[in-house]
Amino acid sequence: MTAANGTSVSIQDLSLNFGAISVLQTLNLDVAEGEFIVLLGPSGCGKSTLLNCIAGLLDISEGRIFIKGKNVTWEEPKDRGIGMVFQSYALYPQMTVEKNLSFGLRVAGIPKDDIAKRIARAAEILQIEPLLQRKPAALSGGQRQRVAIGRALVRDVDVFLFDEPLSNLDAKLRAELRVEIKLLHRNLQNTMIYVTHDQIEAMTLADRIAVMKGGVIQQLDAPQTIYNRPVNRFVAGFLGSPAMNFIDGELQAGAGPMFKTDGVAVPLDRYAFDGTDRPTGACVLGIRPEHIAFGEAARSMPFAADGAVEIVEPMGSDTLVWTKLGGHNLSFRVEAERTLHNGDPIRIGFDPARASLFDAATGNRI
Amino acid sequence: MSKSERPNPLFRNLNAKVASIPMILTAMVVFVGGTLWTVLYSFTNSKLLPRLNFVGLDQYYRLWATPRWLISIENLLIYGAISLVFSLVIGFLLAALLDQKIRFEDTFRTIFLYPFALSFIVTGLVWQWLLNPDFGIQHVVRDLGWTSFSFDPLYNSSIVIYGISIAALWQGTGLIMCLMLAGLRGIDEDIWKAARVDGIPMWKTYLFIVIPMMRPVFITTLVIIASGIVKVYDLVVAQTSGGPGIASEVPAKYVYDYMFFAQNLGQGFAASTMMLLSVAIVIVPWAYLEFGRRK
Amino acid sequence: MNMANTTAQTSTAAGARQDIIDPCGPKPRRMISRRNIFLYGTLFVMAAYYLLPLYVMVVTSLKGMPEIRLGNIFSPPLEITFEPWVKAWSTACTGLNCDGLSRGFWNSVRITVPSVLLSIAIASVNGYALANWRFKGADTFFIILIVGAFIPYQVMIYPIVIILREIGLYGSLSGLVIVHSIFGMPILTLLFRNYFSSMPEELFRAARVDGAGFWGIFLRIMLPMSLPIFVVAIILQVTGIWNDFLFGVVYTRPDTYPMTVQLNNIVNSVQGVKEYNVNMAATILTGLVPLIVYFISGKLFVRGIAAGAVKG
Repeated sequence: MTAANGTSVSIQDLSLNFGAISVLQTLNLDVAEGEFIVLLGPSGCGKSTLLNCIAGLLDISEGRIFIKGKNVTWEEPKDRGIGMVFQSYALYPQMTVEKNLSFGLRVAGIPKDDIAKRIARAAEILQIEPLLQRKPAALSGGQRQRVAIGRALVRDVDVFLFDEPLSNLDAKLRAELRVEIKLLHRNLQNTMIYVTHDQIEAMTLADRIAVMKGGVIQQLDAPQTIYNRPVNRFVAGFLGSPAMNFIDGELQAGAGPMFKTDGVAVPLDRYAFDGTDRPTGACVLGIRPEHIAFGEAARSMPFAADGAVEIVEPMGSDTLVWTKLGGHNLSFRVEAERTLHNGDPIRIGFDPARASLFDAATGNRI
Repeated sequence: MSKSERPNPLFRNLNAKVASIPMILTAMVVFVGGTLWTVLYSFTNSKLLPRLNFVGLDQYYRLWATPRWLISIENLLIYGAISLVFSLVIGFLLAALLDQKIRFEDTFRTIFLYPFALSFIVTGLVWQWLLNPDFGIQHVVRDLGWTSFSFDPLYNSSIVIYGISIAALWQGTGLIMCLMLAGLRGIDEDIWKAARVDGIPMWKTYLFIVIPMMRPVFITTLVIIASGIVKVYDLVVAQTSGGPGIASEVPAKYVYDYMFFAQNLGQGFAASTMMLLSVAIVIVPWAYLEFGRRK
Repeated sequence: MNMANTTAQTSTAAGARQDIIDPCGPKPRRMISRRNIFLYGTLFVMAAYYLLPLYVMVVTSLKGMPEIRLGNIFSPPLEITFEPWVKAWSTACTGLNCDGLSRGFWNSVRITVPSVLLSIAIASVNGYALANWRFKGADTFFIILIVGAFIPYQVMIYPIVIILREIGLYGSLSGLVIVHSIFGMPILTLLFRNYFSSMPEELFRAARVDGAGFWGIFLRIMLPMSLPIFVVAIILQVTGIWNDFLFGVVYTRPDTYPMTVQLNNIVNSVQGVKEYNVNMAATILTGLVPLIVYFISGKLFVRGIAAGAVKG
C-alpha cells in the first residue's frame, strides 16, 4: 500500500509514549518528493524524537511510517533509505575522514571501486577532498559537519535527516553552512527533514515548516504563511525577532467589528477573519513590530494613535522603539538614522489586515 | 622605607601554608624521605637493626639468587597476566551486557560489585573454604559420582597461583566493570545512532568504534590493575600463607617476612626497592604519556 | 491550517482490506528471543558465580560440624544453629586470647573512627587550600603526594616503624591511626581538591570581598556545600581502613590487632581442630561492616570507588 503519489515520507497516526508520558500524539505528516521540511519548536517539543522515529532509532507506540511508498515501520534504520546528520557530528574519532565515509559501505559489502566513486563524488560536492586522510580531531567544527553530511551523502539515499546539525557551531559558521545546505538541497533535489530550534534556519531553508509544541504539530505551512498568518498565539510568539506585540482586549461584533482596549478602538473591516462566524469577547491582537508605521506613514494607515517614546533600543540595522498603546507595551521598528529621545511625542499606525487576532481562552486564530 | 611595608612573601597565604603542613610532611618525610631511606639502606648489610654499613649490590645479588624470590617474581608475573587479561575481558563484557538497557540493571551491578567491598582476607578465606579438597567443590563433584575429579588448586604447588587468581578476579572484576560501564556511558549517544543508520552490526561497533574511543578508560584501568597486582599480599596470606611450601610466595610477602621475621632488613629493603622499580616501569611511561602530552 | 485536519486523507480505507501484514505500531519483540536468552543467561550465570561464595559462607556458618563433615557445602542446613556465630564472636581463640572476634571488632572500631575523622579533616582542608589558596610550591608537594600513592607500601613500611618508635607510638592504636591518615591523604586530597575546584570561583571571590578569611570561607561556605563529597570520602575510608590487613599486622600488637588480622589468625591457626562453621561465621562478621556500608550507600559507593580506585 502506498501513500499519495509523489510523497517521499508519510507519517500516519504516529504516537510515542515512554511509559505514561506521551511524547508524540497521533501525528500525521506527508513530505513531498524533494521537499525541504523543517521541524521547528522549543526544546522538549518532540521534534528530535519525531526525527528519530522516522530514522527508526526509536520504536514507536502506534501508527505507521512510509518512506518512498514502502511501509518501513518495522525496518532497521539501515534499510529505510535514509541518511542522518547529528548535532554532535558523531564522527568515528579513530578513523580518518575517508574511513568514516566508507565504513558503513564496506560493512554493507559494496564493491571497492563503487565505494571509491561515491566518496570521490561526496568529497567533491562538499569540498572536503584535502581532508580525506585526516582524523576528525584535526578538523574544525564546520569541516566536521561537512564530513557528517558526507557520510549521509555516500549512502546514496533519497531522504536526508538533519538533527540540529548547526547548533554546535558559532554564529558565523552557522550562517555559512546554512547557505551550503540550501545549495546542497538545490543541487541534489533530495527530500530533507531538518530539525532545529533556530527560527532563522527554519525560515531560510524550509519549503514548509512544521511548528511543534507538546508532541503536536501546531502548524505546517510555507514560511511566509506561518510568519504572516500564525494559527495560534504560540506559533505567533515563537517566530519573529523581535517578538510580535500582543495586546489584550475585547472583540465587538456587528456591522463594523472592532477591537477595543482601554480607550483604543481598532476597526477590523479590513481584517481577514478565519471563519465566517464572528465570535465576540476577550481576545488578543497581535501585531509584528515591522508592521507598525511611524510618523507621516502612520497617517495613511487605517488605524493610528498618538503616544510617547518610552525606550529606544538601537540594534544597528534598525532601531526598536517602545511606546504604550492603551496601557499595553508596544514595540516597533524605525530606520537606524532616526534619532528619537525618551518622551518624544510620536504617532503610530498599522493596517489591521496585517494583524492577527487570537481567542484569549484557546489562543487560536480568529 | 616604603619597601618594608610590602608583606613578607613567606607570610602571604599563611593560613593555607599552615593547613598544608600535614601534606608537606607526608610528601617530603614519608614518601620522599622514606623511599630514599629504604633505597639507601638496601645497599647495606643491615640485619636486625638498620646500619649504614655499605656492601654495594650484595643484597641484590643475594636476592636474585634466592629461589623464594624467583618463585615470587614468577608468581607475580602469572598472577599479573591473569588479572590483567581476565579482569579487562570479563569487566568489559559485563559492562557491555549491563549497557544493553536490561531490566534489573541495578541489581546485577550490585551483585557484581559487592565482593569489592570485602577485604582480601575475607575473600581469601571464603575461597580457601570453597576450594578445600575435602569439603569444597572437588568433594561435591566427587559425591555426584565423578570420583576421579580433581580440583584442588590451593594444595597443588604447580597451579596454586591460579587458585589465588580465581579469588582475586572474583573480588576485583566488579570494579573494572564499573569503570568500563562509566566509560561506555560516556560515549556520545549519537555515535551509536550513526552506527545504526550506517548498518554496522553491534559487535563491529564495539570493536572498531567504541573500544578505540575508550582508550583513556582502558589506560586508567590498566594502571589501576597493575598497581594492585604489585601490592598483592593479604590474599596470599589468607588463602595459602605462601604454601604449599613456597609455591605461592609473592614479592610483598617476601619483603614483610624478611623485615619482620627473618630479621634480615637489608634483604627486605632490596626486595622492596625492586618492587618500587617494577612500579616505576609501569607508572613512568603512563605519566609521561598522560601529562607530557598535555604540555 | 492545523496539521491534524489537513492530512487526514490517509489510507485508512486501504488499510482495512489489507491482505499482507501491514506493520503498524511498535515492532513486535518476543521476550524469548535468542538475544535475550544469551543476554540474561550470561548475566544469571555470572550473578550465580558472584553470589555463590556469599551463599556458601552463610550456609556453612549455620551448620553444626557433624553436618559439615558429612554433607555438601552447597546444601542448606538441615538444622540451623547460631552457636558458631556466638563462638566466633565471644570465645574463639587466637594464641592465648580466647575472647573471640569481639576484641578485634572493637579494636577496628577504635582504629577506624578516629582514622576516618582525622584523615578527612586533614585532606578536606588540604584540598581546599590547594583549590582556592594556591601558594608557590603547593602544586609540587601535591604532585609528590599523588605520585607517592603509587609507591608500594613495602618501601615505606620500615621508615615509618622507626618514626613511630621515635615518638613512642609503635604498636599502639594511635600509631595505626596516624599511618592510615598518611596513606589516605593522596586520594582524599585529590578528591577534595577536584571537588572544590569544580565549585564556582565567583562564590569564593564574593566571600573574600565580603571579608571572610581562610577558615571563615571553609567553614561557612565550602563545608555546607560539600556534603556529598564528604559522604563519598567516608565510604571510601571506612571500607578501606576496616579492610586493611598489612598496616594492622605491621603496626599493632596482638592485643591491639584489628579485626582482619585477628580473623586470619583464628582461621589459619594451626592448633586444634578446624571448626569451619565458626571460621565462616567469623569471616561474615568481619565482612559485615563494609557490606552494610556498601548496600546502604548504593550509587555513592560506586562514585567513591571510582575515585578511590587509584588506591588499588
